[in-house]
Order: sequence, then structure tokens, then C-alpha cells
Amino acid sequence: MDLFEYQGKQYFSRYGIAVSPGDVADTVEEAVAVAERIGYPVVVKAQVKVGGRGKAGGVKLADNIDEVRLHAGNILGLDIKGHIVRRIWIERSSDISKEYYASFTLDRPNKTHLGMLSAQGGVEIEVVAEENPDAIAFLSIDPVRGLDIETSRRWVAEANLDEVAREQAAQILVKLYECYTQGDCDLAEINPLILTPDNKVHALDAKVTLDENASYRHPEWEEYRATETEDPREKMAKEKGLNYIGLDGDVGIIANGAGLAMSTLDVVNQVGGSAANFLDIGGGANADVMASALEVINADPKVKVIFVNIFGGITRVDDVANGVLEALKRVKIDSPIVLRLDGTNAVEGRSILAPHLSNKLIMEPTMLDAARSAVAFTK
Amino acid sequence: MSIFVDENTKVIVQGITGGQGRFHGLRNRDYGTKIVGGVTPGKGGTDVDGIPVFNSVKEAVAATGATASFVSVPPKFAAAAILEAAEGGITFIVCITEGIPAHDEAITYNRLVEEYPGVRLLGPNCPGIISPGKCNIGITSGDIALPGGPVGIVSRSGTLTYQALHELSQQGIGQTTCVGIGGDPVPGTNFIDCLAAFEADPETKAVMMIGEIGGSEEERAAEWIKANMTKPVVSYIAGVTAPPGKKMGHAGAIISGSKGTAQAKMDALREAGVFVCANPTEAGQKMVEIVRAM
Repeated sequence: MDLFEYQGKQYFSRYGIAVSPGDVADTVEEAVAVAERIGYPVVVKAQVKVGGRGKAGGVKLADNIDEVRLHAGNILGLDIKGHIVRRIWIERSSDISKEYYASFTLDRPNKTHLGMLSAQGGVEIEVVAEENPDAIAFLSIDPVRGLDIETSRRWVAEANLDEVAREQAAQILVKLYECYTQGDCDLAEINPLILTPDNKVHALDAKVTLDENASYRHPEWEEYRATETEDPREKMAKEKGLNYIGLDGDVGIIANGAGLAMSTLDVVNQVGGSAANFLDIGGGANADVMASALEVINADPKVKVIFVNIFGGITRVDDVANGVLEALKRVKIDSPIVLRLDGTNAVEGRSILAPHLSNKLIMEPTMLDAARSAVAFTK
Repeated sequence: MSIFVDENTKVIVQGITGGQGRFHGLRNRDYGTKIVGGVTPGKGGTDVDGIPVFNSVKEAVAATGATASFVSVPPKFAAAAILEAAEGGITFIVCITEGIPAHDEAITYNRLVEEYPGVRLLGPNCPGIISPGKCNIGITSGDIALPGGPVGIVSRSGTLTYQALHELSQQGIGQTTCVGIGGDPVPGTNFIDCLAAFEADPETKAVMMIGEIGGSEEERAAEWIKANMTKPVVSYIAGVTAPPGKKMGHAGAIISGSKGTAQAKMDALREAGVFVCANPTEAGQKMVEIVRAM
């Protein structure tokens, strides 16, 4: 789950990482109240989960109440690459002497954590990595040992951060690592980490991605979940506990297992169709999950046919079959359903459905046959 | 021969009294796997359909001589269960648990490497391992596998592993061992571990490798194949049509920027001399062709 900048900053604050004083606003009046409280000049920043806000007019400096009113009014409701701005962040404007970059993420090939630190912040790190890779100091961190302050001090020196910034930066990096690990982040990034003319170091931006597998130990994430602006189809699926991603085609997909679900999209594409979604009903899906999955797909007006592709392992095909019947009882499914069922208890599953097969409930022997049969309904 | 397990491997099931542990543990036993015990703290002294239950891995190992463990416990307890297995003397751990936090996986992996260097972890979030006719640890349906070789299978995805087994078995092509390495960001066993074991196994004549988007394990495997592999490899990579920036179900399956795309993986594999196919069926057919020509 990606956080908005303001949520990332609030998350940083929990771990003692200094950020600019500020607050969120959903209306012009709230924005004015925040600005009056924290003092001018302020920066008004659109809260969207997409890059390039500045260029799109989503970040503005305001020296007084009239400017706050003007910019807040313009930015609220602004469309930035398809993301409508519903909330803004107002913070005290900072004078900047230097901009640095710092982040922690998982180094998958080495199965360690990877810290990246650069004295050239404020621009996209991918660009720095491309044009001037020596400007990034990489630090491989053993997850068992973690990051101590001594290592952090050596690291800021290696990255050539300005002398006056080093001790503060080293302290912030240790806190950022704590935020990354204890806070269960997939990514914790500060870009830029700034040095001000009065020699203070603090985070001017926050990019945080949380590992949703860890949500059971983070009740505080509930508020972040509430603000997730997502596809209404994805929202409905999430409420039903399904792993769903909305796409643009017209073949509704239900599969068990991420790999098979991905493969189903690929195969549908290869036979000339286009998937309306990715939906993995997961391991051990029961009848109720299957019924919910059909309901979610059925609610998508673009869907012309539903392709159910199941290879039972931990999921039992008889449960899936019962789920299909359950769904047909519970809701009126408008589109034809094409099924391909194999694996654990497949014989039982197929025989449960056999008496119900029709020209709207079709069983095919293989994945490719089923894909062709499903795509034929969309032509 | 098989890799990692064989007909003599003695297995305990951690979490045997839970719904999934019981269901799959008993299925594994029915398949012929030597399931010699189970572990559930507080339930020692009882049994699950005749399989003795112990309070700890240490007790179970002492009483049964097990060397392998099938970990089927909820995500919250999985990391501790894996470490308990290693501590208790188990040398091959199969963890099917889905949804373990990435940081727990990273710590567990590194602790295993540092403290228990002789231990191999398969998974987490994997379907397990099956050596047809000999041993089945995990959730794979045994009836879709065919004993006798000569194909070794390694896959990041569970259901696509079944698909691959199915495609081959239907054509009468058997498997030596089929390993599901799992779709999480920090797998205990990776493609290269399995490819190396298959390369060294005289009964394995060809390898089917099934990858998916995300990470760079397939690219690394391609490099390894180019430098070391003498046996033919057929590959299928899932997720050609997956949009960037979206986690496709598996925690590890995400295209970030231009990294981790199916296309890049397929190109790397092709460049290494691997037969790259567009879908599981095609991969199955290609493998059948290769084996029949041997």
C-alpha cells in the first residue's frame, strides 16, 4: 500500500524523523486555518499518489492568506494524470541549501536490505543512477544485524554529504531504517532530505510503501486504508477479501493462484481477447469466496463473459463448483461462464456442475480451449 | 533420482492439527510420503489419524528421526516455526504459508544462512516439492504427477506448477522432481539451487522452468544456465500482459519501472539457449518433443 506524502510524513514522525511543520486540508477554509496556525510562507501541496505534481501545478508557494486561498482553490479538484486532488498538505516553506536522497528497500537478489544515499537529491534517483552512478552510496544491510549509528556515520561520509549535515543525517538514517523495518515498509524514501541555511537537516518529502502482509501487527494502518482512492471494482473486491486488479478488457477472469491468474490473462490475450481484470481467489478458497468473486466480476458492466480457470491444489475443485452454484442462486449472473477445472477433487467438482451445464455455463477440457471459448463470446 | 527428497525422507508436519496441516499432511501420507509425526505446541501425546503429535520439533525429531518438515502454520507464527525446525535438527523445511511479512522473511532467511548453514528452506508461499512415486511434501495433488522422470520442474507459481505437471503427465512424460520455489520476495530456495541440483542429477534429462514477473531471479538463472547447464531447459514466464506497478497476487510479482518485466526475462532466457514458450501448453508440448527425441 502506497501512502500519500502527508501520511508518509506522519509515519516518519512516529519514528522521530524531522519533517516540516504542517497539516492536511480538504477545503480552502481548512487550508487557510492551517496556514494561519503554522505561519507564512507556506507550501500548498496536492496529495496524489503520482509523480510530477509540481509540473502539473500541484505545488505552490503562498506568502499570505490570499495566496493560500487562491492556490488551495486551484489545486483542490485538480486532475493530475487522472488523479483528482481531494486533499492538500500545507507546510511551512523551508529554505534549502542542499538536497540529498535517502532510501531503504529490499535487495531481492542478495536477500538483504539496501540503503541508498546520495548528495544529489531532489531529482529522480533513477536519473542519478543512470547518469552519475558514483554519486550514490549503496549500503547492504544484514537484516539480522540492522543499521547502527557507527555504520551510518561512515555511510554519510562515504556519500559526501556536507560536513555540517553529517551527524544529523546519520541519526535520521538510523531512524529511517527503524521506520523501514519496525514500520514494515517495502520502501521508505526521503527525496529530498534537505540541509537548511541554518544547518538543520530534515525530510522535505516522504515516499512510503507498506507491506500489507504485516498489517496484522499495525492497527494504525487502518486510517491509511480508509483514504485509498481506488477503482470501485477493486474496492468491492477488497471488502470481500479478494485479490483483484481492474483492467480494461471484457473477459472477466477468476483463477486460483497468482501465477495461473497471470497466465490466464496472457492466454486470453494470445487468442485475441482482453481481460477485464486479474482475480486470484487464492489458496484454500471455499464456496463463499468463489461466489463473492463471481459477484464482483458480474458487477463490472464491461464484462461480456466470465472465464473461471481453476487448477486445484490447496483449493478444492468441489468447493469451487459449489461456489459457482451458490453464486448462481445468490445473484443473477448476466454473462456466460466458461469453466476449466483441474486438480484436487476435480472429478467431484465437475460432476457437481455437470447437471447444470448449458449454453451459459460451459465446461472446457483445457485452459486454451476455455480461453478460445470465452473470447468467442466477446466477438 | 530425485532432488532434495526421496522415498526415505522422514517428514513431520508443523501445524498438523490445523485444517490445512491435517488435510495436506494426510494427503501426503496417503501418497506414500513417510509422514512420521506432527508438531502442535500443547497437543503433544495426541495423534492425527494415527500420526503422533509432539509439543516441539526437537521432541518430534528425537522420537522419529525426521529430517524434513512441512510447515503449515499461519503467517504470524511461520517465521518462528521455520527457525524452530532448524534449531530442532531438521535439514529440509518446506513452508507453504502465504502472507508472511517481507521483513520476517528477510530475517529468517539470513538467520538460517548464518546459524544453520546446512538447512535448506523451500518457500515460503510455495506449493512444496514432489518426487513422483516417492515423496510429496506440500499441497500438490499427487495424482497429476507421473513417476519415472526424465523431466525436472522448477516454478515460482503454485498453480502453474500443477499445470506443468499436468501437461507432461497427460502426454506420458514423467518427472524426477517438481519444486515450487514460491512467489515471495525472499525465497529460501531459488531457481539456481534447483537448476544446479537437476544438472547434477543423472536421471533428470531436461528441465522445465516456470517464472513470472518481478525481481531478477529469472535473469540470474539465465546467466547460470548459459555458463553451467548442459541439459535442455524449456521455460514459460507468466505476466506478459501484467500492467506495471501492480502486485499480481504474489508479493514478489510486480513490475517496477522497466524492471522485472516478462519480456526482459524471456529475452535473457532465450539468449541463454533456453526454449521459451508463450503459454504452459506450448511449454508442455515443447518438452514432450525434446524428451521424445532423446
